[in-house]
Amino acid sequence: MAIDPNTSVGRRGFLKGAAAGAAGAAALTVPGVAPIDAEAQAQSAQQARPVAITPEQAARNLAAETAPLPDEVDVQTVDNPGSDFMVDVLKQLDFEYIAANPASSFRGLHESFINYGGNKAPEWLTCCHEQASVNIANGYYAVAGKPMAVLTFAPSGLHHAMMGIFGAFSGHTPSYILVANIADGKERRPQFDWGAHSVVDPADMVRDMVKWDDTPGSLQHFAESAVRAYKMAMTEPRGPVVLVVDASLQENPVPDRSKLHIPKLTLTTPPAGDAGAVAEVARLLVAAENPLIIAGDVARNEEGMRLLVELAETLQAPVQGGGRGMPNQHPLSGGGNVRTADVILALNEDGLFGRLNRYRDQQVRSSTPLIKPDTKVLSISSYDLYMKGNYQNVERFQEVTMSIAADPQATLPGLIEACKKLITADRRRVMDERGKRLATASAEALERARLECTYGWDSSPITLQRLALEVYDVIRDKDWASVGGGGGRLWNVDKFYRTMGSVNGGGVGGSMSIAIGAALAHRKQGRLCVRFQPDGDMLYVNSALWTATHHRIPMLFVMQNNRAYHQEVMHLQRMANRRQRGMALAHAGLPGSSITDPNIDFAMMARSMGAYAEGPISNPKDLRPALLRAVERVQKGEVALLDTLTQPR
Amino acid sequence: MKIFLVIVMALFVSGLAAQGQPSSAPTGNAEKGKTLFVERACWQCHGLSAQGGGIAGPRLAGRVPAWPAFSRYVRRPTEEMIPYTPKSLPDNELADIYAWLRSIPPPPAISSIPQLNRK
Repeated sequence: MAIDPNTSVGRRGFLKGAAAGAAGAAALTVPGVAPIDAEAQAQSAQQARPVAITPEQAARNLAAETAPLPDEVDVQTVDNPGSDFMVDVLKQLDFEYIAANPASSFRGLHESFINYGGNKAPEWLTCCHEQASVNIANGYYAVAGKPMAVLTFAPSGLHHAMMGIFGAFSGHTPSYILVANIADGKERRPQFDWGAHSVVDPADMVRDMVKWDDTPGSLQHFAESAVRAYKMAMTEPRGPVVLVVDASLQENPVPDRSKLHIPKLTLTTPPAGDAGAVAEVARLLVAAENPLIIAGDVARNEEGMRLLVELAETLQAPVQGGGRGMPNQHPLSGGGNVRTADVILALNEDGLFGRLNRYRDQQVRSSTPLIKPDTKVLSISSYDLYMKGNYQNVERFQEVTMSIAADPQATLPGLIEACKKLITADRRRVMDERGKRLATASAEALERARLECTYGWDSSPITLQRLALEVYDVIRDKDWASVGGGGGRLWNVDKFYRTMGSVNGGGVGGSMSIAIGAALAHRKQGRLCVRFQPDGDMLYVNSALWTATHHRIPMLFVMQNNRAYHQEVMHLQRMANRRQRGMALAHAGLPGSSITDPNIDFAMMARSMGAYAEGPISNPKDLRPALLRAVERVQKGEVALLDTLTQPR
Repeated sequence: MKIFLVIVMALFVSGLAAQGQPSSAPTGNAEKGKTLFVERACWQCHGLSAQGGGIAGPRLAGRVPAWPAFSRYVRRPTEEMIPYTPKSLPDNELADIYAWLRSIPPPPAISSIPQLNRK
């Protein structure tokens, strides 16, 4: 736009002038932008009228702004920006995607990804909130088994990202986070970069919940730290890392590309347990009458699942635990009892105290051991190798008999071998008998689960049991994957990729984005992804749904819409009962926890972002036809959402 | 990571379960009991049909304990359940709820639900 010497022409004036210009150029149209109506144009022009200044002032302004600058500062183009090299580094790390909400602090890197990198490997994922960016990366890792890069900026973007980073920290997820910052004060644009885009030490905000961070001062430093960060993130126990990327480093030219070297990435082998300690664990397990395996997130892949099954079958020992690793309908899955166990083997179980103790949340909180005094508790965990103090993602301290700081999956082959060597014919007979009892109990448990589904079958709102069963009934013959929420025992989780494991810290608001990241990782295999979506969670960062539709990530959302933050409803009810007052609170619509008046139209929300959606559905008889329609859409590559009204628990 | 509410009431629903005629149950109004089950928030954990849930209250439909055990547990739960004192839930209201729980008809048979019979 031409500068008018008769007006004040700072940036603010430029923007106002642009608005006025738009008002006077009604014939001009921009694709995708509706024309402004005449009245609005007139108002806009009135408001945008520039302040008149004297001719002398205008002349001085013009002279000041058009005077030639010295050659050394009048540089307007660059052929080899540092951000191109940064893209080379990140390509070598084999990132498939980079998730980001755009920001000026990384405009250099953004441009390099698109034009220099060709927007491939990594491909840019457009996110509308940094929490969504990180959680999409968290979910992607849970399925792909490798990190997704995330790009954000300091301070605000990193502030938004923090809950996702905390989730990665708690879920041992190696999300790889690049934080743009403008370190050099003389490079900061007045009015824009001071404060808004500049922090002395950005990583300090999240240092308590990342495994490693660095702030490279040169491109070579960036290359080395980028590789180191990846290696650190993927070393067991895995966790998020942060790399601060200076804006000047992105935008300034590379002095001499031939002097820069991108180090080769060599991942660290996960540590197996000490052979002597593993032999002792094997001896105790083989000699046990009632062994029990409690498995957290043991398996990293299908091989890990196979190894856990092999250990259980070798010992004919039941496996409990909420982690990913044991097929849930295996005859040894879910059985056993901590009360009767004489040897308990805990594998990467970070909630061991809660599993081995009875806890009561009454006015006086109390816990008492569930296990027998002489029960031997053996722990193999990589989590003992790395811990931080500020965020207390540990439970009360659980006493154990033996503790091996090692990666369970890496330790399982040695443990299985050691067990096999110790099993005599007598012990084999005992184990086989135990296995038969456990198989019978497992079959009975499965039958009980079927029976439980029948209660409240026709209730409206829909029971969670019926919802899960109806969904499973339409996906069971397809190559399905749950990307959040599960169906319980009746869903046959027979493969590693069917479920997600722990990828967040349990906070509300992240799981929708996590599901989208997971579905993205499943897309190339063409799996049918289903996510049970709580209403409260969806209200946090629902813009992630647009990212799913925009990037054609097919998946089915089935809502568990109870129109409340129901866990909090129950907490409030507990408080009211304890204090013997306000008993009808929960029923009446609890201020602060109910999400009613008005009820939210989630289907409309989803449609507004390009998804296929139906609902609200409250009659269970309407479920199946709606599910069939939605699944058909998903199989065509669309995002579908069914807003189903469910009972709270 | 951690399941926040793992509420185990196995003693309540198995050891004490007795579907036979209660020995000293007060007379209750099942219709009122159905309403009270909702208004007093019992359903928030146990479900509208007392069907129970995955991580909260267990199923009560079809396995209501005898009155002494039932009322004792509601007043002073030994596990995780929220306690209901007489001030919170008078005896007559508890009796109404009890009457409704015992009046709940059996669910449809497994064999009548196709979704439960696919191989």
